[in-house]
Amino acid sequence: MKRPTKNTGQAHKRLTRRALVLGGMQLAFAGGLAARMRYMQVEQADQYRLLAEENRINIRLIPPTRGRIYDRNGQVIAQNSPSYRIVIVREDAGDVDKVIADLARLIPLKEDEIERAKTEMRRTAPFLPVTLADQVTWEDISKVAINAPALPGVTPEVGLTRQYPRYEDFAHVVGYVGPVSDYDLSKMEDPEPVLMIPRFQIGKVGLEAKKEDLLRGKAGAKRVEVNATGRVMRELDRREGQPGADLQLTIDADLQEYAQARLAGESAAVVVIDCETGDLRAISSTPSFDPNLFVRGISVADYQALTQDNHRPLANKTVQGTYPPGSTFKMITALAALEAGVVGPGDTVYCPGFLKVGSRRFHCWKRGGHGMVDLETSLKRSCDVYYYDVALRVGIDKISDMARKFGLGIKHDLPMSAVAAGLAPNQEWKRRVHGQEWLIGDTANASIGQGYMLASPLQLAVMSARIATGRTVTPRLIRSINGVEQPTGAGEPLDVNPRNLEQVRKAMFSVSNDRRGTAYRSRIIADEFRMAGKTGTSQVRNITKAERAAGVIRNEDLPWERRDHALFVSFAPYDNPKYAVAVVVEHGGGGSKAAAPVARDVMLQALYGGTPPLEAYPVADRERIKEQQKRLEGDRRPKARPEKKDRA
Amino acid sequence: MSYLEYAVKTTPTGLRKFLYMNWPLTLLLISVASAGFLMLYSVAGGSWRPWAEPQMERFALGLVVMFIVALIPIWFWRSMSLLAYLGSVGLLVLVELFGTVGMGAQRWIDLGFMRLQPSELTKVTLVMVLAAYYDWLPSEKTSRPLWVLLPVFLILIPTALVLKQPDLGTALLLLAAGGGLMFLAGVHWAYFAAVIAAGVGLVTAVFKSRGTDWQLLKDYQFRRIDTFLDPSSDPLGAGYHITQSKIALGSGGWNGRGFMQGTQSRLNFLPEKHTDFIFTTLAEEFGFVGGITLLTLYGLILVFCLVTALSTKDRFSSLVTLGISLNFFLFFAVNMSMVMGLAPVVGVPLPMVSYGGSAMLVLMAAFGIVQSAHIHRPR
Repeated sequence: MKRPTKNTGQAHKRLTRRALVLGGMQLAFAGGLAARMRYMQVEQADQYRLLAEENRINIRLIPPTRGRIYDRNGQVIAQNSPSYRIVIVREDAGDVDKVIADLARLIPLKEDEIERAKTEMRRTAPFLPVTLADQVTWEDISKVAINAPALPGVTPEVGLTRQYPRYEDFAHVVGYVGPVSDYDLSKMEDPEPVLMIPRFQIGKVGLEAKKEDLLRGKAGAKRVEVNATGRVMRELDRREGQPGADLQLTIDADLQEYAQARLAGESAAVVVIDCETGDLRAISSTPSFDPNLFVRGISVADYQALTQDNHRPLANKTVQGTYPPGSTFKMITALAALEAGVVGPGDTVYCPGFLKVGSRRFHCWKRGGHGMVDLETSLKRSCDVYYYDVALRVGIDKISDMARKFGLGIKHDLPMSAVAAGLAPNQEWKRRVHGQEWLIGDTANASIGQGYMLASPLQLAVMSARIATGRTVTPRLIRSINGVEQPTGAGEPLDVNPRNLEQVRKAMFSVSNDRRGTAYRSRIIADEFRMAGKTGTSQVRNITKAERAAGVIRNEDLPWERRDHALFVSFAPYDNPKYAVAVVVEHGGGGSKAAAPVARDVMLQALYGGTPPLEAYPVADRERIKEQQKRLEGDRRPKARPEKKDRA
Repeated sequence: MSYLEYAVKTTPTGLRKFLYMNWPLTLLLISVASAGFLMLYSVAGGSWRPWAEPQMERFALGLVVMFIVALIPIWFWRSMSLLAYLGSVGLLVLVELFGTVGMGAQRWIDLGFMRLQPSELTKVTLVMVLAAYYDWLPSEKTSRPLWVLLPVFLILIPTALVLKQPDLGTALLLLAAGGGLMFLAGVHWAYFAAVIAAGVGLVTAVFKSRGTDWQLLKDYQFRRIDTFLDPSSDPLGAGYHITQSKIALGSGGWNGRGFMQGTQSRLNFLPEKHTDFIFTTLAEEFGFVGGITLLTLYGLILVFCLVTALSTKDRFSSLVTLGISLNFFLFFAVNMSMVMGLAPVVGVPLPMVSYGGSAMLVLMAAFGIVQSAHIHRPR
C-alpha cells in the first residue's frame, strides 16, 4: 500500500512548498502578536498602569472628629463618646435569619432595623458589615460578647457619637446632631463626600447646625488596596483629617442649669447677658427636652409627647419666641420723649385711670388712676396713662427709632436656630405690611409695649444691658473657637443723652427698691448688688368694655393659655451694672409676681457665682428662699443620669 | 503497510530510540510547561496548591505518555488513525447524550481521575485521519471533487458535533486545522478561495439570523462577539473580562510588575486567571520580556515541528506533524489574540501553560506522535 517513491516526486515538493507557506504565515502571525504586545506593553504601558492602579486603589474617607462644645469655664456641653453598635457580616454568619433570631432573644432588636439590615445585606458584598443595632448599651454589648461563639458573624463595633452630658439644659442653645438624611443632602448644592458615609452625624438644629462648618472638620482619607469584589486587602497610606473646631460658649453651665431648674414647670425664658461684653451667661427656655433622644433617633411616642405639649418644649422661647413687651417697653417710650424734649424728667401728667384718645378710652391698669405722675413715679408704679400721653406727643416713628437703638425690632446675629427679629413698628411699616394708615390708638398701644410691638426675651435683655451701660451691647454666644478669643459685644456709646438715660435708670432703681415700686418685693438688699428693673404684664386677650365694667377677671381665674404673660427686665448692680436679666413667663400672670422673683434669683445666682447668701434677700423672704434653694439643689444634683434601658 | 517499507537501515531500535528523539522539541515543551508551573504558583498566591502541583503531576504523566507514544512506530499510529477518529467521534456523540454540563455546554466525560474533553481528542484524531487519508490517496486525485468531498465530511462531522455542544471556539479550530491539512496536502487553491467566499457569506448569514427564528448562534455567543467588537459597551458585564485582561497585560510594561506582584491577577480582577487568561498574568508580572520569551518558545516549537516534517520523506509523518503543530499554533494564537483583545473570548486555553488535564495530556500524546515520526523517519 505504501509507495515511498511517490513522495519523492511532485507531491512532496508541493507539500514542502505549502508547509513553508503555512509555517511562514504562522510565524508572521506570531510576529503580529509580538507587535501587538509591544504596542500595549511598551507604548501604552503608562495608560494601562494607571487603569490598573485605579482598579486596585480605593480612597476611603476617615470621618473627622466633631468639635466639642464647652461652657465658659470649660465644662463639657457636647462631646463625642464611644457608641456601640452590633454589626453582622453575612459571609461569616451563614444562616443570617437564624443568627438574627438568636440575637433577638438575647438583646432587644427593632423590627424595622432588622428589615433595613436585611435589605442592605442583599445589596452589598457579603463581607461588608451591616449594622443591626445602633447605640447599644454596654450591658447588651457584654451579652453579645459573652455569647459570641453562638452568634457567628455578629460583632460589636465601637464608633463615636455625639453626646450631651448636660441633657435638657442646652437643648435649645446647642441643638443636636443626627444622621444625614436625603432631605439634608437635597438642600446642599455640592455635598461633601464625607456626608455620604452612612450614619454620619451633622448638626440639625441650633448651634450644631449653624456652626456645622466649624464643628465638622475636614475628613481624612486612606488609600486602600481592594480586590475585584471590593474587599480591602491592605491599607496603603492615610492622610489624617482635621478634627472640627472646639467651641467655647459664653454661657456659664451652672447658671444655665440653675435658670433651667428655677423655671421648671413654667413655659418661660430667661436671658442673662453680661453688660460689659455682651456675653450670654445663661439663655434658657423651659420646658426643654433631652437632645440625646434625637441623636439616637427619637421614638414616635416621645416625639409626639414633645409636639403635643402646650408648653412647647421644642421651641426656643429665648430667641424665637416674641411677646408684646408690655410695660418693660416703657423705658423706650420715656427715652424717646425725653430725647425729643417733649417732656422733662420733672414734668407731670395727671392719670385719672384712663386717657381718651379720639372717641376711645385707653385704660390704665389701675382703675382709679395714679393721680399726678412724673417720669420716676410713672415707671415705678407702671402708670399707663403717662406713656399714652407722652407717646402721643412724640409720635410713633421716634419711639420706633429709639426701640431699634436699644436692640428691639432688629435681628441679633446669633448662631442659634430661628432667631426672631421681633417688631418695633412705625407708620411706614403699617402702610407696607397692612396697607393701612397708622392710627393714633396704635401709638397709644405701642407706648406700653402692646399692639404690634413684639420682642424676644433676648432682645429685652439686650435692651436692659444697653440702658444699663449706654453702649450698643451686642449679644455674644461663642467665646472662643479652638482657643481663639472672639470679639466681644461691648459696643459703642449710644447716641442718647446720658442724663436722660440716668433718669430712666434711676426710675428703674425705684421700681425694685422703692416701697411703692412694682418689684419692691423682689428687691436685692445686698448693698453692693442693688438691682434696677421693670415689670411687665402683657395681655394676650382683649378686655371688653363689659368685663372692665364688671371688674377685670383675675389671672388665676382664667384658663392658662388666656392668662397674661409675665415679664421682667433688670440689671444689677445699679451703680456698676454687671448683668442684665430678662424673664418672660408665658401666661404667668403679673410680671411683679411671676417674673420678677425669677429674675432676682437668677441675677443673684449670677452675681455671686453660685448659691447666694440669704442675707442678699429681704428678711421676710429668707425662710421661703431657703426652702427653694434646698429644693433646687436637690433637683440639680443628679446630672449623670443612668442610660435609659428600654430600646424597643 | 509493512515494517520493511520503513525499515531503512539507520532506523533505531529499542531504547536507542530515545537518543533519536527530537530532543530540542522535548526541551522546549518542558520549558513552556515550567513557565506554566511558575504562573500557576503565582496565581495561587505563592502556593503549589491547588493548581501548580496537580499540573506538574499531569505533565509528568504527559511526558511518560509522550515517550510511550514516541517509541511506538509511526506506521502503527497511521494504521490507528481511522479507528482513533471514529472513537473520538463516538465519544463526541456520547457526551452529547450523557456528558456533564459545564459552563453552559456539554463537554466532559468524567473518567474519575480526570475529565476528558472529547473535543480536545478530536483535534488530534482529525489531523491523524486526514493525514492518513492523504497518505493513502494517490496525489493526482487530491483535487478531484469527489476526493475533496470525503475529507470535508471527515472535518464537518466532528465540527458539527462540537458546535452543538455548543463550543464555537473548538469548532472553528477544528475547521481551521482540517482546512490547513487539506491545504498542506495539496488541494487546489480554488477550493479554498471558494470556501473563504462561502465563509464570508455564512458569517453574514449568521449575523442576519440574529433575532430571527432560525438564529444560528446562541445569544451568549452573539453577545461575546458584540463585546469583542466593542468591549466598552458593557464594561462591567461580559466586556469586563476583555477590558481587565488588556489592563493587566498593558500594565506589565517592559519588565513586568515582578513575580507575584501583578495586582490585576492577585486582586482577582482577572477572570479565569489560571486557565484561559494565564498569559495575561504572565505578561503582567514579567512584562513584554516575559511575553515575548514565551512567544519565542512557541515559535521555536513550530520551527522544530516544521523541520521534522520537512526532513521526513514519509507523507503521513509530514502531514501529521504539520497538522499537530498547526493545532498547537491555533491554540496559542487564538488564546493570545483573545487576551490582547484581538479575538472574542472563546474559551481556548494556552497550550502547555493553562491549568487543565485533558488538554495537556492530549497535546503531549500528539507530540508523542510527532516524536515517533521523527524517530521512525525514513532516512
